[in-house]
Amino acid sequence: MAELRPTYPLAESGPGEARTSSGRQVSEITLDAVARGELTPGDIRISPEVLRQQADFAQAGGNPQLADNLRRGAELVAFSDEELLELYESLRPGRASAAELDGLADRLEAGAAVLCAALVREARAAYVRRGLTA
Amino acid sequence: MSTGPSLRAQFYATRPISRDNLVPEDPSLGLVAFSSPNDPEPSLRIEGGRIVELDGKAEADFDLLDEFIARRGIDLTVAEEAMALDEVAFARMLVDGTTPRAEVTRLTAGMTPGRLARVLALLAPVELLSAMQKMRVRRTPSIQAHVTNRVDHPLLLAADAASAVALGFRELETTVPLLRDAPLNAVALLVGGQVPAAGALTQCAVEERLELELGMRGLTTYAETVSVYGTEQVFVDGDDTPWSKAFLASCYASRGLKMRFTSGSGSEALMGATEGCSMLYLEARCLAVTRAAGSQGTQNGGIDGVNVTGSVPDGMREVIAENLLAMMHDLESCTGNDTLMSSSDIRRTAHTLPLLLAGSDFLFSGFGSIPAYDNAFGPSNFNAEDIDDYLVVQRDWGFEGVLRPQSDAELLPLRRRAVAALRAVLDELDLARFSDEDAEACVQAHGSLDVPALDPHLVPDAADALMQRGLTALDVVRALASRGFEVEAGRVLEMLRQRLYGDYLQTSAIFTEDMRVLSALSDPNDYAGPGTGYRMSAARKAETAAVRQVWAPATLVAEQNAHEGCLALTAIGAPARGTRPDEVVVGLSPAFAHTIWLSLSGLTVAEVLRQVLAGIEEEGASARLVQVRRTLDVGAIGSTASRLAGSGIGIGLQAKGTALIHRSDLPPLGNLELFSIAPRVTRELYRGLGRNAARYARSAEPEPLFLAESSEPLGPNYHARVVALVALERRSVVAADPVEMEAAWRS
Repeated sequence: MAELRPTYPLAESGPGEARTSSGRQVSEITLDAVARGELTPGDIRISPEVLRQQADFAQAGGNPQLADNLRRGAELVAFSDEELLELYESLRPGRASAAELDGLADRLEAGAAVLCAALVREARAAYVRRGLTA
Repeated sequence: MSTGPSLRAQFYATRPISRDNLVPEDPSLGLVAFSSPNDPEPSLRIEGGRIVELDGKAEADFDLLDEFIARRGIDLTVAEEAMALDEVAFARMLVDGTTPRAEVTRLTAGMTPGRLARVLALLAPVELLSAMQKMRVRRTPSIQAHVTNRVDHPLLLAADAASAVALGFRELETTVPLLRDAPLNAVALLVGGQVPAAGALTQCAVEERLELELGMRGLTTYAETVSVYGTEQVFVDGDDTPWSKAFLASCYASRGLKMRFTSGSGSEALMGATEGCSMLYLEARCLAVTRAAGSQGTQNGGIDGVNVTGSVPDGMREVIAENLLAMMHDLESCTGNDTLMSSSDIRRTAHTLPLLLAGSDFLFSGFGSIPAYDNAFGPSNFNAEDIDDYLVVQRDWGFEGVLRPQSDAELLPLRRRAVAALRAVLDELDLARFSDEDAEACVQAHGSLDVPALDPHLVPDAADALMQRGLTALDVVRALASRGFEVEAGRVLEMLRQRLYGDYLQTSAIFTEDMRVLSALSDPNDYAGPGTGYRMSAARKAETAAVRQVWAPATLVAEQNAHEGCLALTAIGAPARGTRPDEVVVGLSPAFAHTIWLSLSGLTVAEVLRQVLAGIEEEGASARLVQVRRTLDVGAIGSTASRLAGSGIGIGLQAKGTALIHRSDLPPLGNLELFSIAPRVTRELYRGLGRNAARYARSAEPEPLFLAESSEPLGPNYHARVVALVALERRSVVAADPVEMEAAWRS
């Protein structure tokens, strides 16, 4: 997404240039397209590139934690709604064993979600120490 | 001698404030606002770029919150500088207008929860408010509404969502009495909220997983109920950990959905696990977790626990302090005021007003835009019943309260369209059908008690079908467009398109009605002392001034014109001083029966004069009339009259109804008896005034005249009229001598 002009807000700086996770241009998301039944859920999902751009804005604005969150979000775009709900469920207290949490981190890594994997590994250590694993 | 409570004490027991349940401080239960003896001594030790001690606890003893904060929540590049700073010196930087906001947020990022709680405990109420004015993130304040009803009636929700946006609310939050209904509630807000204007954000507060799913489907446009707590025990009881919440935050980000966390003092005490710590310290931990997890913002300030916080000394100051701390963490601050915190109107207003004066990103995290009884969260601190009061207080103080007055003429068409649009969507998607009677009742309703009961299966069945069929906001857009609601379809689609840009994922983001995004990046708070920061535009000021209680001068003209000519005064020449010892002269003000015809009591000037003269006659005295033209002062009018009277007794009568008895040897502004409260003078009292004047003339004993008992306020009800009537009197004043008059009453 090299052509994305990096000024905030993106909707005003280069509306035609941002793309959805399915690769469509945002300007193609129109009422006509909806009426013709052309759009799929992927067409109304934010792209990892846009999220990383927003992360850079947040970082420059002095909020590295928000930036991290947006970068983790960028990693999760490719995961389905069901997968995300399942991953979240596994991170709740007492749901997963240490080994299962390791497996989760591996799965995230395999999906190129390295920041999320690091979050899960950090959680695993804390859960083990505080007795919150299944 | 009675041994029971005094009548005054019995009266106090009946006051609403006596129903509020307050408690003594008890640190063991966490019932202490600031500075519990169990709060840790602030500390931070860093070894090899890693935090190994936090607020008196060694790394090996870190609980979940300590661990999460230590790994993610503290900026190690400023930590040593920030922790070395003197607490009082930092407190002063907060309040001092010349220390930039960015300097405070930079240092806050390097401080521990223990240190921050100690700093905020140093601030007096007005210091907290001053700091808040500087520290909130967004320059332009905003406001959130609760839109719910006790039966989850979707058409009523749509109508009320439309009303809320018309009033100026930019975020709408709903929830359900019945969890199954949630998807339909979400759709009702999504559709109804886009009818009056574009860009209002909507959410449905339910259990975390379902809330996320509704957001993923585009049925909500933000989420708020991502709860965090200040102790490990309560956090885990809430079925989450800081890591699961952080992951949840990232899930929302991955779908381009705005999200904020929620916390608030009192929740740990309610759950019985405070570790004996103060409310502010526990909230400081919540906020550190919130920032560490990368949430752009938070809803805090008591929230559901506000009654617990309010039960201890300094509770309301603590609530403001925790709001301020969120702002210091550079978090969007959605500042509570969403739970009715007292039976006393004075006390609940005292809770909210300071925050309104200081301003925040969202003044309320749920102003009840619907009647208190319809609020599925429980009554808010301010509800539909209070909107007019709120608008007038906004006008009084000139703070940006974000709402605007709306009349039926503006609201009813919007409500009707919102109901029609949602009805069309539910019909088009084959989810639910409603009668015309249902629809119109929802348009006109004050609340759910005014609408016909629905089949109890209708809403939950429709909601189930919506979920099972995998319907999303795209289906809603398609249904709206195919049924002729193109504008609304376009607006709902625009909310989906905005997700693709991600601009509203930045801190404190809202959309204006023309879809500009206002956030920390595009609209940063630039307050730096007087003459800086957000100020209302002239147009906005005029909008806030036009509340429905503003009295139209045309009202006065109409009132007066209706009685014009009820009394005819005819000039008969210059008055001579009378010689009869029983003669009373009645002095009339310049506008009396010339431009003023109705007095403040609602009696015409003809009736007032008739009663006064009848009283004089009853006591066997005689009367003459003069109109005074040089002054409108009732004392001077009475004095002039008394000096023309054979008895030396005169009556002064202003057209608005103020009246007195004067005697010629008194100074001009003296009097014998005065009815200064013109609105409450009755026929009988005017007659009594005439009788007493006659008795003074005959040196007889006057009768006591008392106004009826009343505690009704006078000024607010009458002062606009008083000013207008006095202006009419003033215009009739001329540099001329009194004229003797004859009166004729219209039959």
